Amino acid sequence: MKYLLFGTAFGFVLMKAEVISWFRIQEMFRFQDFHMYGIIGSAILVGIISIQIIKRLGVKDIYGNPIKLSDKDPSQIKRYLIGGSLFGFGWALTGACPGPLFALLGSGITVILVPIFFALVGTWVYGYLQPKLPH
Amino acid sequence: MDFLTQPWPWYVAGPVIGLFIPFLLITANKALGISSSLRHACAACVPAKVPFFDYDWKKDGSWNLLFVLGVVIGGVLGGFVFANPDPINLSQSTISDLSELGITNFNGLVPAEIFNWSFVFTLPGFIILGIGGFLVGFGARYAGGCTSGHAISGLSNLQLASLFAVIGFFTGGLIITHLIYPILF
Repeated sequence: MKYLLFGTAFGFVLMKAEVISWFRIQEMFRFQDFHMYGIIGSAILVGIISIQIIKRLGVKDIYGNPIKLSDKDPSQIKRYLIGGSLFGFGWALTGACPGPLFALLGSGITVILVPIFFALVGTWVYGYLQPKLPH
Repeated sequence: MDFLTQPWPWYVAGPVIGLFIPFLLITANKALGISSSLRHACAACVPAKVPFFDYDWKKDGSWNLLFVLGVVIGGVLGGFVFANPDPINLSQSTISDLSELGITNFNGLVPAEIFNWSFVFTLPGFIILGIGGFLVGFGARYAGGCTSGHAISGLSNLQLASLFAVIGFFTGGLIITHLIYPILF
């Protein structure tokens, strides 16, 4: 249940930040306003500081377990650049990355079910083709 | 109450988004990420013996699916209960650029010209909403994460891999915006 509440809070913040807006994404890719860069940049800055504090002080989770932070393998450069660019195509077209797709559905934009459905198809096709793709 | 109905400036919204990272790590030992939910949904509904979907999605993915269901509810709160009555305060240059593409309705969160059911059945509409959606799902799994998993979580953990992915996100987005949109509309 707590995840439902956390997700609700996250979705609400995405709405208030307006990062769910196709207009804001266009403004970002046209470098015409600082809004999106300010949000992404300050979110990362807060994230970096938090993770450094967690790592350096050895902060535990509320159950007393060590916090797991998994590293991603930077040697698979092809998957990040090719996969990332394909994702960027989709982001600029739909004006929404996965979080905003779901928040927009809640906000009553029912046609967003079309990109959500196709995102599921895309995920499945990736899973099917994975062994054949360069990584 | 204004705080709940008005849009938040970047210096409020950004740090709050960033705080979700330590909050999720400390209260649940989970790394923030949204697009994995799409994989869990595939694994739950159509695994079809594909190895990529052959894992215990209930164990690994239930939390993520619940989180995403919450994001939908957050959308209800932000879109209906505490909706901002005014149009988005876009920069004038974006408004004039988009007007040249034929987008003239700037009320609401997304352009009504694109986000309606009849536009889906046109070629540009299918490219934007259908192929665009496909690429969001395909690209996110290929890259191993989306804006939340790579740009926010990954860069916060100083992952070089996430920097490559974010360079990809922007390369793709700039190509669509500056090279494809002028042809598409």
